[in-house]
Amino acid sequence: MSAITLNHVSKSWGAMRAVDDISLTADEGSLLVLLGPSGCGKSTTLRLIAGLEEADAGTIAIGGVDVTRLSPADRKISMVFQSYALFPHLSVAENIIFGLRVRRVSRAERDARLRRVADIVGLAHLLDRKPSQLSGGQRQRVALGRAIIAEARVCLMDEPLSNLDAKLRHEMRTEIRALQQRLGMTMVYVTHDQTEAMTMADRVVLMRDGRIEQNGSPEELYNRPATAFTARFIGTPPMNLVRQGNHLIGVRPEHIRIVPDGDHAARVKAVEHLGADSIVLCDIDGQPISVRLDGFSKVQPGEDVRLAWEAGHEHRFDPATECRLETSAREGRLATSAG
Amino acid sequence: MTDFAASSPISERRARSQAWWNAVNAWLLLLPAAVLLVAFTHWPILATIRHSLFITKRNGTEVFVGADSYRAMAADPIFWKALVNNFWFALGTIPTSIALALIMAVWVNRNMRGRGFLRLAYFTPTVLPMIAVANIWLFFYTPDYGALDQLRGLFGLGGRNWLGDPSTVMGCLIVMVIWKEAGFFMIFYLAALQQLSPDLDEAASIEGASRWYTFRRITFPLLMPTTLFVAINAVINSFKLVDHLVIMTKGGPNNASTLLLYYIYEVAFTFQDSSYAATLTVVLLMLLSAIALIKFGYLDRRIHYQ
Repeated sequence: MSAITLNHVSKSWGAMRAVDDISLTADEGSLLVLLGPSGCGKSTTLRLIAGLEEADAGTIAIGGVDVTRLSPADRKISMVFQSYALFPHLSVAENIIFGLRVRRVSRAERDARLRRVADIVGLAHLLDRKPSQLSGGQRQRVALGRAIIAEARVCLMDEPLSNLDAKLRHEMRTEIRALQQRLGMTMVYVTHDQTEAMTMADRVVLMRDGRIEQNGSPEELYNRPATAFTARFIGTPPMNLVRQGNHLIGVRPEHIRIVPDGDHAARVKAVEHLGADSIVLCDIDGQPISVRLDGFSKVQPGEDVRLAWEAGHEHRFDPATECRLETSAREGRLATSAG
Repeated sequence: MTDFAASSPISERRARSQAWWNAVNAWLLLLPAAVLLVAFTHWPILATIRHSLFITKRNGTEVFVGADSYRAMAADPIFWKALVNNFWFALGTIPTSIALALIMAVWVNRNMRGRGFLRLAYFTPTVLPMIAVANIWLFFYTPDYGALDQLRGLFGLGGRNWLGDPSTVMGCLIVMVIWKEAGFFMIFYLAALQQLSPDLDEAASIEGASRWYTFRRITFPLLMPTTLFVAINAVINSFKLVDHLVIMTKGGPNNASTLLLYYIYEVAFTFQDSSYAATLTVVLLMLLSAIALIKFGYLDRRIHYQ
């Protein structure tokens, strides 16, 4: 009883439509990622779900109950802020049990729940510290602890990892996902990092200018981008989009090969060696295209090469609307190979 | 530098001379500030303490009298009166002006129409010259045709000599000083409030905390450094008030509005008794240093600074 449903929700700031007629559903116990570049309305959407902003239009339901006009407290949610929003003058323990104190939970239960949560987030030895005495990762854990001690069925996260370094981000990503699954929470997670979205989400909602660009599983977004925008946003490096005549063709870098008898002449601009693979940045008729090759590529910048890819790996977009052009035969083949 | 010192006596000497130059440089940089501090703060304090132990004869010679002036002070009813007055004055002005400042700051910190105008209005008393302020309030308190008595007249109440009555004069001064200081202190609270992240309020609201609970457990504790700063200022101001007294009451009637600094001023410049004034000044100094000690030694350690 904790599915979240947004039904034609809008929110404007003056003339700016921050969230423009959005409808989506996060299934109970699933992790939904709101993904998009900055300013796309993903944080506003999250704040609308939290009740920190009031929707101009539309309805929001949590667990089947219409919460559109309810206060944040009445929505029975927990939230982790980008800044963590820890209370700097309170100890770690007091920060975590803040909500329990507000709700006058008995001392015995408070202590028991604090012990349990402190173990889960690995802070048992730091409970007396102040937030200023903790590292970034530890602060993040305090924020997590405060979110899960409430035992709310819904947890909202606003770019929780953006202040951490790359290694810690990777660790916490796994940890948050594991925690979400273990506790069976419904989680809405805002990020601008497509890697986070791809690795954590059950469902990704990609947003652009206050609207939903595509709503689907990570696989769908990767294998069947509905628009050129999605294609450009998902993947590292993202999908190559090449204009050929009056077609816009998309090909993933890993689907391109450098072969002597390839159909497309290209010139190598630069090579990035990542260890397990190499990204070769090429130029094809004045358009950039990147190619992913296994291992340590010997290709040199300035070299002329020929590229080839299978027709089945080609995605076609309408050059004017940038929407996906469906060609059913090919899609059927892709879907089976993806499954 | 340690490797230098270990390697040879020559480089050791060089290192030592460099350290010496560093020290000289540091002292030279400190000198301007140090000269000002010593000349206008430390030396006068020492001179005052010394002066309080002597009396000056008519012919200008100084005679050592030891603690005689302090004994005279202990027996001086006006000194005690001024001290007690000062205590009530501080008690009347400080908590109320701080509380008012905080309420006003929280009030004008919100998004609302005319916020800038409201902030300006609260701050105006601080901008006005003290002489002007004293004269404005002198008019308010004037018997019969002053603003206050005209207001009372509307309700059929008779005129009152507000500043001429020992039972009301202190209350009148307290109200005026609160009016003057609250707006000033509000600016500090407002600045501190704007430093607080709105995320904290939002996090508390998601946890279900009421606005009052959030204020009590989050906002107010985080404003403590400001409260302390403002409180210290308020205490110092309550011992510093002279100008309004000169214009409005001259300490009267019957010393009912005499405060310590005003008494010192009177003793020094009206009665020309500089050694007794020095004795009183030492008492004032001791009071203020005790407050400073409490601040630095105790309160600073108990308050959360960001």
